[in-house]
Amino acid sequence: MILADVIGTVVSPSVQVPALDGRKLLVVRPVQPEGAPVGPKPRIAIDTIGAGVGDRVLVIDEGNAGRQILSAPNAPVKTLIIGFVDEVEIDGRRVYDHGAPS
Amino acid sequence: MYLGRVTGRLVATVRYEGMDNVKLQLLEPLDEAGKPTGEQLVAACALSVGPGDLVHYIDGREAALALPDETFVPVDVAITGFVEQAHVNGADLPLDLAPEGAPQAEGQR
Repeated sequence: MILADVIGTVVSPSVQVPALDGRKLLVVRPVQPEGAPVGPKPRIAIDTIGAGVGDRVLVIDEGNAGRQILSAPNAPVKTLIIGFVDEVEIDGRRVYDHGAPS
Repeated sequence: MYLGRVTGRLVATVRYEGMDNVKLQLLEPLDEAGKPTGEQLVAACALSVGPGDLVHYIDGREAALALPDETFVPVDVAITGFVEQAHVNGADLPLDLAPEGAPQAEGQR
């Protein structure tokens, strides 16, 4: 699993992938625990928890887990948002706190 | 999945068994501003997309699942759909931006 910030939304017809029908697609930017971006390419992730722009989320990038969550055995899916991040602590130091005023 | 823009198509006559009916498109991954990252990929595609179209694509073994008629083919990048709207960092990305000098998409959607 990776940490990512939700930075946008994507609208796409689901004709090609029926498993995406009714699913929200979000653009996420993979980040390090402290918040620095990782790599130039944002990912498009399938939302399963009701995330929105501005949230820091937990993202899986593995097809087997993704297909199980969507109950779609042959769907070409891989990247799913599966959790909100409330706080991150490294060596006793809090590097991210969702509740803190930014 | 990632955001990408179709830049062209590719013909390969002699291919591995099972890939006979797989269409191949050239694809540029995009960054969050909608600019090409500099990579160029060849993607399998079961949709009618043409140069300039904004799409999302999947990589790895899941790409083989994106082709409706093929159960297993040796592809590792596949286009999974059109993007009708992409709103990133508070702005819409341009949807249809034909690369310079490229032929327009054929009207077969």
